[in-house]
Amino acid sequence: MTAGPALVSILRQGSYLIASIHTALDDSQMIRFQEDLIEQIGQHRSLGVIIDVAALDVLDSFGSRTLRNVAEMARLRGALTVIVGIQPDVAFAMVALGMGTGSVHTALDLEEGLTYLDGRMPKRSAAI
Amino acid sequence: MSDGSRMDADGSEDTETTLAGDRQDVDQLLPQLVAHLGEHRTKLRQEWASRIQEARLLQAMTPQEMAAETTSVYDNYVEVLETGSVEALQHYARDLSERIIPRGVETNEVVGIVLLLRDVLARSLFEKYQQDFALLNRVLDAYEPAANRIANTVAVSFVDERERVIRQQQDSIRELSTPVLPVRERLLVLPIIGVLDSERARQLTEQLLAAIRTHRAKVVVIDITGAPDVDESVANHLVRTVDASRLMGASAIITGLSPEIARTLVTIGVDLSKMNTIGDLQGGLEEAERLLGYTVTRGAGSEEP
Repeated sequence: MTAGPALVSILRQGSYLIASIHTALDDSQMIRFQEDLIEQIGQHRSLGVIIDVAALDVLDSFGSRTLRNVAEMARLRGALTVIVGIQPDVAFAMVALGMGTGSVHTALDLEEGLTYLDGRMPKRSAAI
Repeated sequence: MSDGSRMDADGSEDTETTLAGDRQDVDQLLPQLVAHLGEHRTKLRQEWASRIQEARLLQAMTPQEMAAETTSVYDNYVEVLETGSVEALQHYARDLSERIIPRGVETNEVVGIVLLLRDVLARSLFEKYQQDFALLNRVLDAYEPAANRIANTVAVSFVDERERVIRQQQDSIRELSTPVLPVRERLLVLPIIGVLDSERARQLTEQLLAAIRTHRAKVVVIDITGAPDVDESVANHLVRTVDASRLMGASAIITGLSPEIARTLVTIGVDLSKMNTIGDLQGGLEEAERLLGYTVTRGAGSEEP
């Protein structure tokens, strides 16, 4: 596992985890992010994950595949994932290169992502 | 224009290979020619006009206009022979093109009448000099390069003018760019009117994605009632635009697919299974309102009769 500071802040917000990617990640950093996030879902017993990519102006095929994988792993560990903040240029480039986000839900920004997750959460967790 | 000068260069090469004195010969013969053409102006012009009529050219013009235009073309033609400078003719040709292009005059007609004039004048030179073949040859040597240059100038000016008109029209079409209209909070409508080429499609996507961000749109209705035709690349571009909108958290509804477009899309096999399509704009707006949770009810109405 690579050493050095984490380039992604993973914050706990109630029963959700909010991961903001601040800068373009290379492949090993991407893997580290994936491992950190999956680890923390278990630690915090999170029900939802929001990955914020608003700061990214490029997203390569490895990056988008990793995001898809993260979402799938998160689902297996019991959390719903939403990707937020994809920039217009990035969105079109991703589509043009045929690398969508698969079945992962996307939303405009953090606020929208929270609204989406709130709507999907079972009632009992909202009561906690 | 480059053709004209090349032709000219060829002409002067020929004269150089024969005799240096030929250049002088041309200089002497051209004024003679011009005098001849000036003398028989009316007769030649009428002959030319009747040839134009026989060939059924320029039928968009009235006989009076024809007479006026043929006279000025004739005078310009003779002037070029006299001065050797095509500038005035160029100017005139551009001006003429500007006037006649909107009336549907075609390139072949313009080139046709200039070539007819060339033939009419050449024929009259044949008649005048037929006794003396050597002289006739030299006269034609002087006349032909100049005449070809004139034909060239007129044709090029006409085509230039035509292209300018086309460019202007393209610009104005582009300026009628596609607006992205917010109709309700979080609902955008994008009416597409006119032919979508790839450049316009790209511009449209850019505008739409930017608008989704600024208006924080959740639903976008793309209405293509006003698009006459959609080809494969534009259809694929639309699909990509819809996907990109989804990545930005907005769902897209496509409305107003005409029977022709529907048939084209199915025939060329564009994958529209992921697209949400609804018959017309009204239905699309209703669906969008449903998605956004609006309920529109009709009240008593307050409009005064």
